[in-house]
Amino acid sequence: MTQPQKPTDQTAAIWRGLRDGAPFQLIVTPFAIVFGVVASEAGLDLLEVMALSILVIAGASQLTAVQLMIDQAPVFMVVFASLAVNMRMAMYSAALTPHLGSARLWQRALAAYMMTDHAYALSAITFEKEADRPTAWKVRYYFGVMVQILPMWYLGTYVGAVLGNAIPPSFALDAMVPVAFIAIFAPALRTVAHIAAAFVAIVLALSLAWLPWSLGLIVAAFAGMIVGAEIERRKPELIA
Amino acid sequence: MISPDMPVWLVIAALAIGTFLIRFSFLGLIGDRPLPDWVLRHLRYTAVTVIPALVAPLLVWPAATGGTLDPVRLTAGLAALATGYLLRSTIWAILAGITVIAIGLGFAG
Repeated sequence: MTQPQKPTDQTAAIWRGLRDGAPFQLIVTPFAIVFGVVASEAGLDLLEVMALSILVIAGASQLTAVQLMIDQAPVFMVVFASLAVNMRMAMYSAALTPHLGSARLWQRALAAYMMTDHAYALSAITFEKEADRPTAWKVRYYFGVMVQILPMWYLGTYVGAVLGNAIPPSFALDAMVPVAFIAIFAPALRTVAHIAAAFVAIVLALSLAWLPWSLGLIVAAFAGMIVGAEIERRKPELIA
Repeated sequence: MISPDMPVWLVIAALAIGTFLIRFSFLGLIGDRPLPDWVLRHLRYTAVTVIPALVAPLLVWPAATGGTLDPVRLTAGLAALATGYLLRSTIWAILAGITVIAIGLGFAG
């Protein structure tokens, strides 16, 4: 917030976020329905299913919790494993800090509540390309992305929980999830460093998939980040 | 089915608080203090490492097929990757993936 902004700029930032985030409604909604179906079939009541989606907002972690509760895992393990799946969000939080760190405390708290893979991926890519934007613009962009996605997450969960297994499995809703995530990162593979980082992360994620509690994901991501950063440090001319 | 003995609300509360603290961690504690260059350089690669690492196992061992490689799901992922990379567009990448899923599973079913 180094310079005062015209109100039109701020409205434009919200609209950019709304526009950039809109396609993700198509992705988030089916995923939310999948969660609602799975959780209600596992025996959770509507209030419990909705509480998970509204308070946690992290599909992979919610599915992990439901699966481990079905498996009769100890409560400590259910919580620990589900939170481990979310540890990647500490990286998102760190990555967004240079852009949103100077926002007001309540804005940062709200941004933290809303932080998902989609919010992070879209914002990080936009903020990296348009680093000179003031914090107020970035905050509004971020909220523009999420303010439309969250209601679809809640609504999708509700529909899934109520409809249950009335949805035929041939819809293959689950197949949409990887497509959505790939569509987020593929356009961001701008340089050799980005491609090498992604390649290392994929190879390690597949070879370390046997590690418990999503540790393979964390190791793969760190190794990929180190490779990308190291290429950038040695060959900065490749990055420009 | 989840056993009635499972303290579901305890799990929900722990996940809600724990997840918020993870998300708030750096944003809340560091705020506008500048991060060192080497940290920023690594953070630039979070999106292109965390998300691929999250997706690769989902694509290669989909839960819906009992963990065996599914040509349709794999092709849909590769179509989204190629389209997204070449056209630099998330929307076209999603449409490419959806198209492969619709055609592949349509014909298969």
